[in-house]
Amino acid sequence: MQFGIFSVGDVTVDPTTGRAPTEGERIKAILAIALKAEEVGLDVFATGEHHNPPFVPSSPTTMLGWIAAKTERIVLSTATTLITTNDPVKIAEDYAMLQHVADGRVDLMMGRGNTGPVYPWFGQDIRQGIPLATENYALLRRLWREEVVDWEGRFRTPLQGFTSTPRPLDDTPPFVWHGSIRSPEIAEQAAYWGDGFFHNNIFWPQEHTRRMVQLYRTRFAHHGHGTPEQAIVGLGGQVFMRKNSQDEAIVGLGGQVFMRKNSQDAVREFRPYFDNAPVYGHGPSLEEFTEATPLTVGSPQQVIERTLGFRDAVGDYQRQLFLMDHAGLPLKTVLEQLDILGEEVVPVLREEFAKLRPAGVPDAPTHAALAAARQQTEAAK
Amino acid sequence: MSALNLAVVSGGLSVPSSTRLLADRLVEATTAALAGAGREVHVQLHELRPLAGPISNHLVTGWPSPALGAALEEVSGADALIAVSPIFSASFSGLFKSFFDLLDPGALAGKPVLIGATGGTARHSLALDHALRPLFAYQRALVAPTAVFAASEDWGGTGDSHTDTLPTRIERAGQELAALMTVGGMRPADDRSPTAPVLGFH
Repeated sequence: MQFGIFSVGDVTVDPTTGRAPTEGERIKAILAIALKAEEVGLDVFATGEHHNPPFVPSSPTTMLGWIAAKTERIVLSTATTLITTNDPVKIAEDYAMLQHVADGRVDLMMGRGNTGPVYPWFGQDIRQGIPLATENYALLRRLWREEVVDWEGRFRTPLQGFTSTPRPLDDTPPFVWHGSIRSPEIAEQAAYWGDGFFHNNIFWPQEHTRRMVQLYRTRFAHHGHGTPEQAIVGLGGQVFMRKNSQDEAIVGLGGQVFMRKNSQDAVREFRPYFDNAPVYGHGPSLEEFTEATPLTVGSPQQVIERTLGFRDAVGDYQRQLFLMDHAGLPLKTVLEQLDILGEEVVPVLREEFAKLRPAGVPDAPTHAALAAARQQTEAAK
Repeated sequence: MSALNLAVVSGGLSVPSSTRLLADRLVEATTAALAGAGREVHVQLHELRPLAGPISNHLVTGWPSPALGAALEEVSGADALIAVSPIFSASFSGLFKSFFDLLDPGALAGKPVLIGATGGTARHSLALDHALRPLFAYQRALVAPTAVFAASEDWGGTGDSHTDTLPTRIERAGQELAALMTVGGMRPADDRSPTAPVLGFH
């Protein structure tokens, strides 16, 4: 089980001071948060990708490359990489490059993006969102897995004799998660390819998350009856064996928490941020929201119990990412939150999840595991 | 034959509400007409006033409260709908429109719908035809030809030489909706069972 954080990268006014950080301050804060995540023992840092204010992270690999140089252990990921409006050729190149720079500590989460104008700004049409995601991802997979690619499709210039450079580290493409909040087509896509499925699990009731994950698991098992070839391009021979069971699909969840030793203090301190947050504010109250959705504002113990409850809803899963730096929370507060997460919450969760996990449930794939599986497959040929 | 499900949406805001009063009268007329045809009706009434908070919360969060979710589901699943709104500023009320904005596209396709509205004077009555009827036409619902407007004066009047009285209009509208319901409406092609009766217009 991996634990980590994901950042949306919003520049938001701190409602308690009336001041927003500059873009520069916010970018430096995100970098400091990423380093802190490694320091407190988390496994994953993931950044969003956006192309409109008030969000700053438009260039994820620039940011992740810097973090890679400053860290030793933490896996660098995205939440999400826009598979619709980015050229799949550029994604193939950028993230293979990042794999080499970061010695394999890289995976990606694909998403479509839900900001209408971003599509035309990048020459695309939001009404084609699903077909774009499907075609672009199929091309991306080929670019990482085939040395020379001839390709023709609907949405980009054909390729003749194209080789994406650098080649993926150890000829092992980064693991891919597919993030979706409500599109069954994306759960299907993740299941079809044997990739991971990530539900952000933030703004929606738990029951909705449960249904989406269940759909993915069912379809994952269904596609497990595919050809060995499919299995090899998926996760390697080892995982082909696992594909017989939906319990062995690769699932990630998001979540948002705010903690203080005393839960009343947490509620008091977080309330102004909740009330004014662009995505939360001015609708249901904090109390209604924490009741209806996985948002947890309280003591570390409450966060532990709520997070273990996610497992009851969706089954054993592989990756838990928390959103910690959102809605104008100052850097100092976020760093304190990460201390609490790393010291008081994650160690208990690791132990509890490990105790509850039946044998045979896979770990979240790492580069080392995927490269080893690939070598085994090659040797078996 | 099994009972028909009739959903009713009343957008009235005051208590007691003349919009609710009109909705109740339309339900009675429809139920009576269906009883004449030997059909039983199960009526599900949804007043929007207690759902006002959940409706605005759904607009900003993207998901419904349990009560609102149940209302949306019942309206989508019903065999027919009676929808009544007060007329505010030359159109349906904003709350009434917001509720219908939250239905899934296609939820009303082919469904028989009877529309009604209330207002202070009969000068607002065309709002039924320039606001409510297009809203349900967009949803591809099957709107009954008679739409009933009840102005304040209608509740105590006997009509005039050019207009039927309110009870006459209510009765006619109820008969029209009942007729559409007994032939089963016109469900979209992909939702149509082979044996379902299909209404054909010639």
